[in-house]
Amino acid sequence: MNQTKVIITDKLTKRFGGFTAVDAICFEVTKGEIFGFLGANGAGKTTAMRMLCGLSFPTSGKAMVAGFDVYKENEKIKQNIGYMSQKFSLYEDLTVKENMQLYGGIYGKSNAFIKQKTESILTELDIKKEANVLVKSLPLGWKQKLAFAVAIFHEPEIVFLDEPTGGVDPVARREFWNMIYNAAATGVTVFVTTHYMDEAEYCNRVSIMVDGKIEALDTPHQLKQTYNAGSMDDVFLKLARKAVRTGD
Amino acid sequence: MNTIINQEGNYNPPPLGDGGMDAVVVKNISKTYGKKKEVQALNNISFSVNPGELFGIIGPDGAGKTSLFRILTTLLLADEGAATVDGFDVVKDYKAIRKRVGYMPGRFSLYQDLTVEENLNFFATIFNTSIEENYDLIKDIYVQIEPFKKRKAGKLSGGMKQKLALSCALIHRPSVLFLDEPTTGVDAVSRKEFWEMLRRLKDQGITILVSTPYMDEAGLCDRVALIQKGKIMSIDSPEAIVNAFPYPLLAVKSVNMLPLLNELKLYDGLKDAYVFGEYHHAVLKNDNAVTGLKEYLEAKNFSVEINPVRPNIEDCFMMLMKSVSSEAQKQDV
Repeated sequence: MNQTKVIITDKLTKRFGGFTAVDAICFEVTKGEIFGFLGANGAGKTTAMRMLCGLSFPTSGKAMVAGFDVYKENEKIKQNIGYMSQKFSLYEDLTVKENMQLYGGIYGKSNAFIKQKTESILTELDIKKEANVLVKSLPLGWKQKLAFAVAIFHEPEIVFLDEPTGGVDPVARREFWNMIYNAAATGVTVFVTTHYMDEAEYCNRVSIMVDGKIEALDTPHQLKQTYNAGSMDDVFLKLARKAVRTGD
Repeated sequence: MNTIINQEGNYNPPPLGDGGMDAVVVKNISKTYGKKKEVQALNNISFSVNPGELFGIIGPDGAGKTSLFRILTTLLLADEGAATVDGFDVVKDYKAIRKRVGYMPGRFSLYQDLTVEENLNFFATIFNTSIEENYDLIKDIYVQIEPFKKRKAGKLSGGMKQKLALSCALIHRPSVLFLDEPTTGVDAVSRKEFWEMLRRLKDQGITILVSTPYMDEAGLCDRVALIQKGKIMSIDSPEAIVNAFPYPLLAVKSVNMLPLLNELKLYDGLKDAYVFGEYHHAVLKNDNAVTGLKEYLEAKNFSVEINPVRPNIEDCFMMLMKSVSSEAQKQDV
């Protein structure tokens, strides 16, 4: 197995005035890994993710993402990662095909690449008939799958998924995780947040943030043993209940 | 029928309308959107909710939950069908209903530039009451945000906004409370706390209709309606829905989970198989298939752990979804 580290953080910290949102977090993510990034609302997940995506400069500490430094090479990071959130990912008033052309174009891909990749996604998702349909008219489960395909359209090293499956029906949710597995098998690293604790079980490793710090990081199996818990839900409750600060 | 507002401070619901004793009755409600009515949000829905019941509407986004809530809170007209709340008709008696229900929409809808206290005062005043009069009802919830009462609502965290919205929805002592996806996007700890608050409100005699996409919350309701694509697939107590699961269900685990799932799907006696946390769930056709499964997998060189498990609501939901869609396919042919 390839042991390349695609994310390395060392005491990564972000302060807003006197408030330490992310408090000296240290972890590494291996290429092709599905890494679950959990935490209660307000634990600092979003702030940490924004730093890793090159959208926000850390106050102190170090981080390398896809081989690039978050301070000096944040533009390079953006070119080498994909991002998808439940709240926004696709343009509803563009067609399926237009969305792919737009994202391909933004990432500077050639017309030939875009054409070939578009075809392969339409085939893979079995949505050839819907290629020229506006995204807003697609069922939610399809949109989510399409959004994921678009997030990795430019073949990034890492894809960040911020609560990708919120509100999706249980069958579509499982189909979505199937896509995640397939992507990881091709070497894409998946960094994912979720409020569904059963999904934490599908990750290779899981970190749990509490009050800006990473309180636990291990395989789901090992976490359950360490915290003497029957499920990841129990592990999460045991850790998150320790939180002092509240809210988003 | 004029003295709808209760001025006494103790719980003493005003007289009901003439549409019967149930807290909520929905009869054959349908709702479509679009010029050509191409989007069917609700498709001939009927159910009723008993007074004092904690009733869950469980379904994914786009199932029709919000349309249903907006019809019952008199904010949207149905295309067809009828509904009453506390015996009042949602069309004819909309004014009476608005005075006696509390509604917490899915999207935060309070005044962002008013403070916590100002928002609560505003809603109390609109309903011709005061914070003091009904303080006992919201106390549990409001004390948690009271330290921030001078803060603008727009500056609150998600969890605090949720508590303020619930306080505002309760300030006039509604007899029926509608909560549209109050726990969406909320972490597991806060979700648990929110449901504990709902139980306490139920103990005060308030009827609660709550919608959620989280299947695990179904077990916290007295009864639930499982809804998908505008249709109710099942209505019953969570216990009864689980008991009605018609097939043997097994949890299967091995070192290599992905190949295991593929192999399971090829098994003759299999109805369905899908990932379920650290296990795969295998729905089998009958008891013979259960006995044969271990042998089958061991013949394929899997060393497996197999345990019979009790289905949960998510298993039931998927089973119902699949049987509904295969029925629909039969009708298309």
